[in-house]
Amino acid sequence: MLWKIVLFLLLSFVSIAGIAFPIVENPQAWYEFPNIPGLEENAKIIFFHVPTAWLTLIAFLISTIYSFRYLKRKDPDDDAKAYSSAQLGMVFCILATVTGAVWAKFAWGAFWSWDPRQTSIFALLLIYGALFALRSSIESDEKRATLSAVYSLIAFVTVPFFIFIMPRIMKGLHPGSADDTNAGPVLNFNMNSSMLLIFFLSLIGFTILYFWMWNVSYKSIIYRDKLNKNIIRG
Amino acid sequence: MFSKAFAVFQKDFHSEIRTRYAINSLAMFIIVAISVIMFAVGQEKISAGLTGGLFWVVIFFTAMSGLSRIFVSEEERGTSLTLQLTASPSTVFSGKLIFNVVLVFCMNTVIALLYAALFESFIIQNFLLFFLSFFFGNIGLAISSTIIAAIIAKAGAKGTLYPVLSFPILLPLILTSVQLTLFALDGTAIKEARFELAIIVSYDVVMLTVSYLLFDFIWKD
Repeated sequence: MLWKIVLFLLLSFVSIAGIAFPIVENPQAWYEFPNIPGLEENAKIIFFHVPTAWLTLIAFLISTIYSFRYLKRKDPDDDAKAYSSAQLGMVFCILATVTGAVWAKFAWGAFWSWDPRQTSIFALLLIYGALFALRSSIESDEKRATLSAVYSLIAFVTVPFFIFIMPRIMKGLHPGSADDTNAGPVLNFNMNSSMLLIFFLSLIGFTILYFWMWNVSYKSIIYRDKLNKNIIRG
Repeated sequence: MFSKAFAVFQKDFHSEIRTRYAINSLAMFIIVAISVIMFAVGQEKISAGLTGGLFWVVIFFTAMSGLSRIFVSEEERGTSLTLQLTASPSTVFSGKLIFNVVLVFCMNTVIALLYAALFESFIIQNFLLFFLSFFFGNIGLAISSTIIAAIIAKAGAKGTLYPVLSFPILLPLILTSVQLTLFALDGTAIKEARFELAIIVSYDVVMLTVSYLLFDFIWKD
């Protein structure tokens, strides 16, 4: 119970600090952020955009791992874990796309410009969408679990290709792209220590939040299945 | 093993010759799709880059209209259980894959010839690069669409789900192939395009391996 209170306080602190701490030229006090050229006030969304994008990938990875375990052991609980992780991944994927698009509007001038990472997150969105379309079309539990596990494994092996192809085809705008001359705030740590602290606190807080949500979500699926079975047995 | 796979291919080939369902629908789809593009373009002159992209649009949607047939027909006719008894999963997959590879090569050759005849700006400068990308692109397209067709056949919804499931899987292949087609139209040397060729070959290898590994789980009920 204690860790839930700590998590609540941590996330409240991150939200308030991320939004309310001022950005100044020469940060003196611990609560002041430095002015990063090219980002200015936009820099604050980094505390929310990067964790959601990070969790999209974590959720997809965990979903794939449990899909693989399902195919190996045929345990319905593994399927529930994979499915609930994919659901959460979809939520975070939408959040990352929306926050990214908002940031892009103010930093690059357009909501969408087919930057390599925008394209990759779009591909992930398509993969999640296809996975749910597949799941909703199958009646039998076992078949649904097997086919969606197979599909998520096939989708998983295509993901590395995006990392290699995209920078060749499209011009990158994100920091760390192939033709990027001034690596952004995250890569060369242009941020001062208080900004970095809040950034990593946000990353940790959101990751814990994800695991908590995932835990609640897969347990609810498992309990629902058990209840359904009891009702059928009478 | 190969002779058995070839027997599965022959069975599908004969039943296809008897009904000509896939061939007819693919041929009609190619004509419809290209004529829609022709009407949309009208009298305007379009650039070579745009025809290279439109070339893959037609290929993708044509593939989506006909390639799922190979497994869906087994489920519709109720013959998949018999096939499970007579052949091992990898044999069945090999046979179906050979059939789809042949179908994709026929279909894309027709599309390429029609494009060369109908679009003035579709002039290939580097033939060898075009053939290489065409060859490996077709194989990748056939592999991915065959394994997704197997999933679709076991799932209930057959028609609309196929392009939805295939598109994310085919996206790396399509993006690279479009790029290679543009290179071939520009006359870029093969040496400069070797990175894209390497990607497309590795895509083929990875998808082939994953398909053989996972097909057992799809095929066995």
